[in-house]
Amino acid sequence: MATVWIPSPYRDLAGGEQTAVVAGASVRQVTRNLDTAFPGFWERLVDEETDRIRAGISVVINGIVVGTALHEPVGENDEVHYLPAIGGGQP
Amino acid sequence: MTTVGDKKYKIIGTRPIRHDGADKVTGRAVYGIDYHMTGMLWGKILRSPHAHANIRGIDARKALALPGVHAVVTGQDLPVAADREVEAGETSLNYMHLSDNVLAGKKVLYKGHAVAAVAADSAHIAEEALALIEVDYEVLTPVLDGREAMKADSTLIHPEQTIKALAFRFDPGTDTGVKSNIAGRSVLKLGDIDAGFKEADVVVEREFSTSWVHQGYIEAQNATALWSSDGTLTVWNSSQGTFNQRQLLAEILKQPVSMIKMVPQEIGGGFGGKIPVYLEVPAAMLSKKTGRPVKINMTRTEVFEGTGPASGTESRVKMGATKDGKITAAYAELVYEAGAFPGSAVGAGAQGMFTSYKIDNVLIDGYDVVVNKPKSAAYRSPGTPQACFASESVMDELAEQLGMDPLELRIKNAAGEGDRRADGVQHPSMGNLECMERLMASDHYKSDLGGPNRGRGVASGYWGNAGMPASCSISINPDGTVGLAEGSPDIGGSRVAIAMMAAEALGIAAEDVHPSIKDTDSIGYNGLTAGSSTTLRNGWAVFEVTNQAIALMTTRAARLWETEPDNVGFADGVFFSKAEKELKLTFKQLAGKLMETGGPISVAASVAPRGAGPSFTTHLVDVEVDPETGKVDILRYTAAQDVGTMIHPSYVEGQVQGGVAQGIGWALNEEYFFDDKGRMLNSSYLDYRVPTMLDLPALETILVEHANPDHPFGVRGVAEISVVPPMGAISNAIYNAVGVRMRNLPMAPHKIVKALSEKNGSK
Repeated sequence: MATVWIPSPYRDLAGGEQTAVVAGASVRQVTRNLDTAFPGFWERLVDEETDRIRAGISVVINGIVVGTALHEPVGENDEVHYLPAIGGGQP
Repeated sequence: MTTVGDKKYKIIGTRPIRHDGADKVTGRAVYGIDYHMTGMLWGKILRSPHAHANIRGIDARKALALPGVHAVVTGQDLPVAADREVEAGETSLNYMHLSDNVLAGKKVLYKGHAVAAVAADSAHIAEEALALIEVDYEVLTPVLDGREAMKADSTLIHPEQTIKALAFRFDPGTDTGVKSNIAGRSVLKLGDIDAGFKEADVVVEREFSTSWVHQGYIEAQNATALWSSDGTLTVWNSSQGTFNQRQLLAEILKQPVSMIKMVPQEIGGGFGGKIPVYLEVPAAMLSKKTGRPVKINMTRTEVFEGTGPASGTESRVKMGATKDGKITAAYAELVYEAGAFPGSAVGAGAQGMFTSYKIDNVLIDGYDVVVNKPKSAAYRSPGTPQACFASESVMDELAEQLGMDPLELRIKNAAGEGDRRADGVQHPSMGNLECMERLMASDHYKSDLGGPNRGRGVASGYWGNAGMPASCSISINPDGTVGLAEGSPDIGGSRVAIAMMAAEALGIAAEDVHPSIKDTDSIGYNGLTAGSSTTLRNGWAVFEVTNQAIALMTTRAARLWETEPDNVGFADGVFFSKAEKELKLTFKQLAGKLMETGGPISVAASVAPRGAGPSFTTHLVDVEVDPETGKVDILRYTAAQDVGTMIHPSYVEGQVQGGVAQGIGWALNEEYFFDDKGRMLNSSYLDYRVPTMLDLPALETILVEHANPDHPFGVRGVAEISVVPPMGAISNAIYNAVGVRMRNLPMAPHKIVKALSEKNGSK
């Protein structure tokens, strides 16, 4: 199962925990399962209209920025972060 | 320049003359301002004289009646852009804000905000027409300070904006319903901050501020647009990302991207400031109205007032350490002025500060606040220089209170592979500690300062770098040269670097690769020339196309030698038979036989690389302060940076030196002077003081080649990070020289004189 680092301001949703161990073979599954365990994460992290992680957030798996695609694969022992995308360029 | 690293390449690491060099030095290179078309009209922009006002009406009838005037456009001519946030290259944006920024809607939000545009037979007629446009403003109180803007009773710039963005810039968060100028909040938390400070023996807490500064590129923004009768729009401009700008135009103008072609011209600097669109939209709209090409060039004043500088900031930083120098906790509150629309680089600043160190307990609380100033844009390591100025200054005070050498404190706490950043992500393999140790071992560090009022300062920095997609194609010519097409505007020598990687892979000379930068109809998608990503990602693309080309040429050699491709090898630019050693053909020889073995070869590839590899650096500076005038002279400067594999060392060194020069200006002189109405008072290079060659010593570099393990050539981003440490290093050096802590940028002479007077007890 993957270890998910809970975004700092959302730790209240996860009982104050810094990390959570979550099943799932993709960013979609991991995020869904995170939401099942701690309701509210899906709405916070996913843009239903585009079916992607929200603009402004980057998913980082094992230290590698993988972008916003929900189908991105997640390995058995991967570490998953949801981080603010680097900002400051627009408009 | 000192370099540290292994040499295993033939082309990479050498210094060929850049392919565009002759055109650049002889003036033949074509920049956007050089582009002319038959029947072209000239555009000018009417800009707001007020920092904050409602637009009650615009009457352009007198302007349109002026002979030679062909059209006027305002924000009312634009389609209504979507009020939603989307990904856009290096960052995300809101299209409605972007549309409002290029031509104001119902309000003007800063002095210089574009209100209307005119197309005329000449620039002079267009300028005359601007004076005839009557705008009925209802002037409002401007909000000019980030801390003031955050207060509950502040005038609201966007009356419907509520505090709801809690974690990310565009996170929906919990809508509190409280209306505010706070547009977003970025919080990073690692470990237990309270426990960390309890563990500390020494704690330092200070407040800092930085002024608005401009990227200071030489070439002003320009755009020529032709909206053809067939519905296609073509734009020739100075851009850091043609594909990104194509997307922005498509959204603002409500056109499919397939109907828009962006043609990059040579670019005279950008540093992040040429990522957004500005003139492209009014030029396109004027062309649509007139049916003729329209060209608009910005003046320098327009560049200062109407484009995106780096945010002014206020911050509070607190750090604690044990007696033996272990940092136990770090806290920061960051307030970044975004300008007229949400979207400062506070998030990146939060991610960049403290990151050079292993600190188990961190809390960073960042606020993105709208004020009535130009909308901020990216500037070289966006957001990070401001944050690191504060944290690196506090590091220096910590070292002083601990009685430690400031560089030794950094070495003791240096982050390494596997350590966690404040956002929890583990560091990959990198050369942070090596940079610090090389600097400590340098001649500079061991040298004497040699006089009174001289001081030495040190500071470190981090920048995460970016990936982004890239596409390129190569075609093999019969004489063995190679045409290389790519789509990333070349700002700092990327064209030659990309060609060198192709040459390395193919075993030919760099001069035998002919690179060119194509428009958006002629090459696959390319990300921005930003995020220190261009050489990295195009290196991946070149790696792919050259591998494909070599595979195809292997089949041609096999055909010639009447054998199977598996029996043909390739090494050092030579195809050879694995069975018959005498059968060999150089790349050039085989290129001459393509027509007889199946025809020409050209291949293309698109990649979306990951594993950008972060940058780390530590700088050392010696200064001399004139206690009577407050003038600071930079005596000696050395930057030690992990640069990954250097492709062209001259351009790597140039990037490092360029960032240092900009940082010195940011530290000592550069600032937007706003009056109490929000009007910039120094919008020219006579009054906005950037460093010149006379202000700078030879900038020394120690280039540590810690190859990026996630790149085929070991490339990691180089270009941005060197602007991060100079402000902290110089502030620390000034303290070391004359004993005053300068916590507000710029550290201008009058501020230093005032600080010295206060220190000495006089007024």
